[in-house]
Amino acid sequence: MSHWIIAPVILPALLAAVTMLAFRHHILLQRVFSTAGTVLLLAIALGLAVSAAGGTVTVYDLGNWPAPFGIVLVLDRLSALMVLLTAALALGVQLYAIGSGWDERGKHFHALFQFQLMGVCGAFLTGDAFNLFVFFEVLLIASYGLMIHGGGPRRLRAGTQYVVYNLLGSTLFLFALGTIYAVTGTLNMADLAVKVGELPADDTALIRVGAVLLLLVFAVKAALLPLHFWLPESYANAPAPVAALFAIMTKVGAYAILRMYTLVFGPEAGIVAGSFDAWLMPAALLTVAVGMIGILGARDLGRLTAYAAIGSMGTLLVAVALFAPGATTAALYYMIHSTFATAALFLVADMVMERRGADGVEIRAAQPIPQNGLIASIFFISAIAMAGMPPLSGFIGKLLVLDAARDVPGATTIWAVILVTSLIAIVGLARAGSTVFWKGYGIVTDETDTAPAAPTRGGGLAFVAAFGLLAPLVGMTLAAGPVTAYLDATAAQLYAPDAYLDAVLSGTPVKAEEAQ
Amino acid sequence: MELLVASAIGLLTAAGVYLVLRQRTFPVIIGVSLLTYAVNVFLFTTGRLAINLPPVLQDKSGAGTYTDPLPQALVLTAIVISFGMTAVVVMIALSAYLSSDSDRIDTDARGEEDGA
Repeated sequence: MSHWIIAPVILPALLAAVTMLAFRHHILLQRVFSTAGTVLLLAIALGLAVSAAGGTVTVYDLGNWPAPFGIVLVLDRLSALMVLLTAALALGVQLYAIGSGWDERGKHFHALFQFQLMGVCGAFLTGDAFNLFVFFEVLLIASYGLMIHGGGPRRLRAGTQYVVYNLLGSTLFLFALGTIYAVTGTLNMADLAVKVGELPADDTALIRVGAVLLLLVFAVKAALLPLHFWLPESYANAPAPVAALFAIMTKVGAYAILRMYTLVFGPEAGIVAGSFDAWLMPAALLTVAVGMIGILGARDLGRLTAYAAIGSMGTLLVAVALFAPGATTAALYYMIHSTFATAALFLVADMVMERRGADGVEIRAAQPIPQNGLIASIFFISAIAMAGMPPLSGFIGKLLVLDAARDVPGATTIWAVILVTSLIAIVGLARAGSTVFWKGYGIVTDETDTAPAAPTRGGGLAFVAAFGLLAPLVGMTLAAGPVTAYLDATAAQLYAPDAYLDAVLSGTPVKAEEAQ
Repeated sequence: MELLVASAIGLLTAAGVYLVLRQRTFPVIIGVSLLTYAVNVFLFTTGRLAINLPPVLQDKSGAGTYTDPLPQALVLTAIVISFGMTAVVVMIALSAYLSSDSDRIDTDARGEEDGA
């Protein structure tokens, strides 16, 4: 049994504790160790992705307890991919936080950052529904600390909302898990899949309630439309590197939907059919519409990016809601793309705010900021990617989503919504970009003597980090063929859960005794 | 007894939801606490209600009934987590109140719409 599977959970956990205890007053040591830890995490994630690429499902029994009784971690293509995505994003975001000096503006940034990584990686790796809840709480409680990092009245109030909303989400999660446990008597995902399949067809009321409640919880995380209200205020007021890291948090919700609703309540589990699939797609389409219209209506860059995040989550959930292998390939491709694009946009918004000084977040013409051209180029690259214009990966991602939706009922609506909202997003992003970066040259003659001072923060490392986050977008465009081939295999594995069930449940000799 | 426990959970949840929808942070936090109490009791009952029974299977024949121990472990975890979370939200709400002199839960300082 390979112990590497648990490394993405253990490594950040240990590192966070050491950082907090040993170097709490040494920002340099914190930076060095935390960055080294994230690089190591990336290396481990790469190793895990390589070992999972062959299609084997590796199971790690915690405490060596066999599957339905103990908690298991499961490594398959999807979880390896998600851990890799987390590590790559984390490295870019962390370098930006160091380069821009954000990590110095409050205490324990790096410790909380590592705890957050622990929670996210754990949520991707676990094979147990209650353990998923626990890792959700780990990543949430770290995110509460990160959200209010740096302080300030507005951020604290937005933080209060964020915490309360997520506490309610956690309560709902427990209600869902309780209901599911009451029906099936298990919370191991593989065991749940078997037990749900064996339920009598005339006694499905409770499990359907459980399935819908669970979907609501994940929809809160993924910012699906009626449950998205926490996102704009929180993301717009969070410190920029934290908001960029939160780009992966909405994806945790999307991942959980993909995992639970292909494995446990999958297409074969007919008993829950009709309970959630009827409204998931319309809600996802509305999410796209609201997100993209929000881009057009936003009055400051933080909110613009937050709505862009909602819009891209909507597009992703449209692809997820189709629940077919081809559509899931599209969803995964778009998920990787939108994680990096959203994070890059948040970083650009922060660079502009830093240089404009007080009240510079609003989208209005002001004097050109230092390094205007460079920042504008990052903005437009990530905006092109976000809106889904060629030549970047957003275009390919949306193309894949549209292609997957070609033959399903309601294809016209899906196409219309995605295409029209893309246009709205392009208009919104172009308007914001031209106002912020170009209009300023017109008014520069008015007050030349009060030119903004050169920034003290945001040196070369911040730019390296921001461009580094854009690199995967270019890479995914150039290597679209190999990437989609791998994602095809991932989706195929997701829709053929027998290997997963076998791998998790095969090591259960106790079953024979139970049968006596 | 089922009716009693079920209506207790229902009452706690209803009171919690009502309080969560208030405008100030204090009732909202109390409401969240009530909701977590409700969910703790709910989790406890998911192993079915059984009185005066040990939480372990004692005779190997399996004839004797027992209280399901797993929900108790789950409740313990849930209690610890919700306790910690409530402490965090109290601290954040308190510092938000002290720094902005307002304990309203919705933010409208910048005149934004959509202050959810």
